[in-house]
Amino acid sequence: MAIVRADNLSKAFRVADKQPGLGGTLRHFVQRRWRTVDAVREVSFAIEPGERVGFLGPNGAGKTTTLKMLSGLIHPSGGRAEVAGFEPRRRQRRFLEAITLVMGQKQQLLWDLPPLDSLLLNAAVYGLDDGEARRRIAELAEMLELGPELTRPVRKLSLGERMKAELMAALLHRPQVLFLDEPTLGLDINAQVRVREFLEAYNRRHGATLLLTSHYMADITALCPRVLLIHQGRLFHDGSLEELASRLAPCREVRLELRDPVPAETLAAFGEVQQLQGRQVRLLIPRGQLTGQVARLLAELAVEDLEVRDPPIEDLIGQVFREGEVRAGAMT
Amino acid sequence: MGRYLKTLRRFWGTALASQTEYQANLLFDLLAMGGNLAGSLFMIGLFFQGGRGLGGWTWPEALVVLGIYTLLDGVSSTLLRPNLSRIVTQVQEGTLDFVLLKPIDSQFWLSTRTFALGGLPEIGAGLLLMAWAARAAGARPSLAVVAAAVVLLGTSLTILYSLWFVLATTSIWFVKTWNATEVLRATLTAGRYPVTAYPQTLRVLFTVVIPVAFLTTVPAEAVLGRPSWPWLLGGAGMAVLFFALSRAFWQLALRFHTSASS
Repeated sequence: MAIVRADNLSKAFRVADKQPGLGGTLRHFVQRRWRTVDAVREVSFAIEPGERVGFLGPNGAGKTTTLKMLSGLIHPSGGRAEVAGFEPRRRQRRFLEAITLVMGQKQQLLWDLPPLDSLLLNAAVYGLDDGEARRRIAELAEMLELGPELTRPVRKLSLGERMKAELMAALLHRPQVLFLDEPTLGLDINAQVRVREFLEAYNRRHGATLLLTSHYMADITALCPRVLLIHQGRLFHDGSLEELASRLAPCREVRLELRDPVPAETLAAFGEVQQLQGRQVRLLIPRGQLTGQVARLLAELAVEDLEVRDPPIEDLIGQVFREGEVRAGAMT
Repeated sequence: MGRYLKTLRRFWGTALASQTEYQANLLFDLLAMGGNLAGSLFMIGLFFQGGRGLGGWTWPEALVVLGIYTLLDGVSSTLLRPNLSRIVTQVQEGTLDFVLLKPIDSQFWLSTRTFALGGLPEIGAGLLLMAWAARAAGARPSLAVVAAAVVLLGTSLTILYSLWFVLATTSIWFVKTWNATEVLRATLTAGRYPVTAYPQTLRVLFTVVIPVAFLTTVPAEAVLGRPSWPWLLGGAGMAVLFFALSRAFWQLALRFHTSASS
């Protein structure tokens, strides 16, 4: 049974429309004009317990709004959400004990005090007794490699240490469902890798479900076997990254270095010639024919070097979003 | 209930620790409190030099009102202002989200999260002034009188808190534009004097519209040993009503909460 379910989930915001300049300001003051922005439009998906799902989309696609609806912070305008058997917007105690929301851009730790103070406060809020709280703190600290940092004021910690402590504060109550909004934002590569490894370990150890957004594709590729792609509030893809890649780019790129130059007509029999410069060739071959054509290439031509490449996923996604709804619409 | 008490202990423990982190700040807070207290004593001095009647109240009786006002002001400085003025910031910065995600009553969290040490001596000064003035006015404290006084002081605090909380809650709609709590604070300074000292129209206003009378004058009557059942019941009813209103208003506001964008 799904632990996170969205059925035609929608959210529309009413926002004031204001033109720039003094005239615009006066008009805005006297006669305010509103327009409705559909942040999320009839999004449906279901996530099974223990899954790790990446939420992809450009800024303003509706990712954060969806996470906030699923965690009960904002009420949906339409459709239904169900998380851990609860309706999020009712924010019942048992629901709140079952989830967490990590926001990379906001912090809950008390700025002037060591993280340990915030952790013990959260332990009280979640009704954990002191012994249990300390056991959990020790376990998380070990997983995140935090030690003396826990007794140093938060304002004196590095961004990476602070994020780790934020994760501790968010996970102390051992939630079953983790909503993570840009948990690695602003971190250096090392810290990103640590956070990623920690989330994977946490998921394995406690069987927790993860739904995460990130601007770093590496987070998604490393952590999430399944991705949801959202654009302008609509869901465009729900499946594996490989499926997404093949949907976005049905061909793969084959780079060849030949011993002797070969005419373009000969190469065209293997695939679409993208580039031919002396002995250097770039061919596009449909995924389904890839292995057969590569075998033929090696058998029929004098190949010195061969490389098969996938266009980088962020390039593909970026291309879809740049090309707008026409191309994206074709994906569904 | 245990969870709430334990949480409250952590709330105030961390608040204390945060304040002692900046030793100089704490010193300034104590100095400011000293200044406030001196200001209040100066006011009392003015009363003694006036030599006039004040709405049918004798000087010591009027001082009981001032004592209660000082007590309320102390509670405001200690608890209400530090907590409720943060609601606006939390709405603006989106950190209200963290409160709403916790399995604990959000109104409880927002109302009790911190306290300011600087306001405590003012509470003490208010209590002392009230007790001293009541004695000087010849009040004989019986059990019934003390019980009525405690109940009415409780109602007056509840009314003040509820009004303040409702105003702070409006920041969900008027995020940056309006900090109405300062207006409330200014209006409440009217509670320094017995309500009968004001002209008839203001008296009605302060009793019916803005319950300033219930905040200081009515509890003062009780402290002076002349509580009447109608006022006692009226005050308690008013407190229950205002508190229920503040809770309902908060639930309504949350339905409109859009959560600051990431």
